[in-house]
Amino acid sequence: MISVAPFLIFLVGAALAMVARGRLRDVIAVATPVVGAINLWALDGSAPMTVMLFGHGLILVEVDRLSMLFGWLFHLAVFVALVYNLYRPTKLEQVSILTYGASTMGAIFAGDLLTLLLFWEGLGLTSVFLVLARGTLRAERAAVRYLMLQVLSGVLLMCGIIVLINQGRSLAITPLELEGLAAWLIFLSLGIKAGFPLLHNWITDTYPEATETGTVIMSALTTKTSIYCLASLFPGTELLIYIGATMTVFPIFYAVLEDDLRRVLSYSLINQLGFMITGIGIGTELAINGAVAHAFAHVMYKSLLFMSMGAVLYRTGKIGASELGGLYRTMPKTTIMCIIGAASISAFPLFSGFVSKAMVMSAALQGGYDWVWLALLFASAGVLHHAGIKIPFFAFFGHDSGQRPKEAPKPMLIAMFIASVMCIGIGIFPGLLYDMLPYPVTYEPYTFEHVLTQLQLLLFAALCFVVLRVTKLEPHERPGVNLDIEWTYRWLLPRAGRCGYAILERIIHPLRQLSQIGMQSSVWLVKLWHGPGGLFARDPLISSASLAVVVIFTLVLLIDLIQGF
Amino acid sequence: MNDKKTYLFDKPRNVKLVIWTLVLACAGTLIADVFAHRHVDHPWESMFGFYAAFGFGAYALLVLVSEGIRFLVQRREGYYDD
Repeated sequence: MISVAPFLIFLVGAALAMVARGRLRDVIAVATPVVGAINLWALDGSAPMTVMLFGHGLILVEVDRLSMLFGWLFHLAVFVALVYNLYRPTKLEQVSILTYGASTMGAIFAGDLLTLLLFWEGLGLTSVFLVLARGTLRAERAAVRYLMLQVLSGVLLMCGIIVLINQGRSLAITPLELEGLAAWLIFLSLGIKAGFPLLHNWITDTYPEATETGTVIMSALTTKTSIYCLASLFPGTELLIYIGATMTVFPIFYAVLEDDLRRVLSYSLINQLGFMITGIGIGTELAINGAVAHAFAHVMYKSLLFMSMGAVLYRTGKIGASELGGLYRTMPKTTIMCIIGAASISAFPLFSGFVSKAMVMSAALQGGYDWVWLALLFASAGVLHHAGIKIPFFAFFGHDSGQRPKEAPKPMLIAMFIASVMCIGIGIFPGLLYDMLPYPVTYEPYTFEHVLTQLQLLLFAALCFVVLRVTKLEPHERPGVNLDIEWTYRWLLPRAGRCGYAILERIIHPLRQLSQIGMQSSVWLVKLWHGPGGLFARDPLISSASLAVVVIFTLVLLIDLIQGF
Repeated sequence: MNDKKTYLFDKPRNVKLVIWTLVLACAGTLIADVFAHRHVDHPWESMFGFYAAFGFGAYALLVLVSEGIRFLVQRREGYYDD
């Protein structure tokens, strides 16, 4: 069967959506990922597609099990986001989502690093419009910061590739040893987009500022593209285990403190990425399978949670935990689907997180990483707090905020329903997902002890919530800004810049005065000599000079005459 | 708040029902633990009620530590905007 590069379909879809209007544009937008999926089905098992560009052979498409899995996942994510967006479709968002989808497809099917770079840059450039589309000053500023970090990531990747080319090494996407400048540059580049600790802040800065749909699709694509690249380029890199474990633990404290529920989910996103990165770091077949399965499950339940919060934001205009509460009364469908997402991320049995997260945990124990396992277990209890309980409880239950908004619009409900079906479907029939994983799966999630221990962990953590709530020890939600690493570039750097400028001004000021004095004195000197009445401008000098010329000329004439006789 | 309708959790009885269901479920998992012969990967896992205690403890620790660091990291709204 004939198939084309997956990104092409999205680009064509975007171009058509750009010129189409009204309903036709909506149909084109939603149909694009469907056509893409048919193409993807035909693409499976096909040979690499190459083109020549500036003397370099680019492998535009190279298909393997890992890229196919992410391909299916991202097609589904784009489709769900476009359906969700139909509640208030705008050309800007639709075209942006489609081109963003094209960038992702290009990146995961790229067969070499140069092709990857091309689409890597595209990820940031196309998605930034989903933040700008919000139309607020806050969003605009966040978008600029977002773009700077995304471009920095691209520049690092480019530098890494240049070093590789200079060393005469291959640009193929094969596992790299983390040694040498090139590997580190590429590692850091992926690290920015994967939200490594200290490089993570763009996620929590930008995602809460994007439009309702923007956050849904951004949370699905960029970071998971980086997870795909880490799994392809750095599997089994031990450093990733510790990076991942750190990422599971530190964001949960912020998630507890944070009031903006979409920012809570953004911190939670970093925590979930931590599980995947730990799995990639462990690098065994079970661990890689676990990381990839978790990425798949995660995209669905995280989209679902962001969609439910998007619906709340759209209907109430608010997103702070302290301003919301009691919405289950008039938004029951959204509430139920939010709870499905919450149960999935918390890894309750029969929901998707349960069948994927446990693979990474088991791999950690089998690899002898006891402390890492303990950190992941702590993080699992933490997930229950901020995503499992906080999100649904403070939005839909808790104290009655008195708001009685309408149920979410139909397109939102349909999109959430698709994601809910995926969450439960994967949870009940994990074999469907396991069959698509890169390595053969022998793992059995539904053993008696696993179900029991997981239920103990989650139910007792929930019991703790009830105890804290009943004894009124559970802290109140309060709005505020929580300082994170962004403090260095949003607070410290501007002030350091201003301070540095002031110091420079102090040093420069006397120098400037000195140069002024120098200028003035040279002007005075010039004036003295060449100005009116100056040495070289005096009248007598000129007249005597002309007299001298006349006298000499007369003398020469006379001498010549005398000689003539 | 013109809404006079009574909803599911407006009745304290229903809230209590949810809480007691949770308590019973917790007790159920502990009872099952007594009878279960568990295969474990790690010695700690074999301790009776390890996961239950860990879940409860981790949750409490998380909330308390977060509350403890609140004064360190939390600033007023609009902190960056001036």
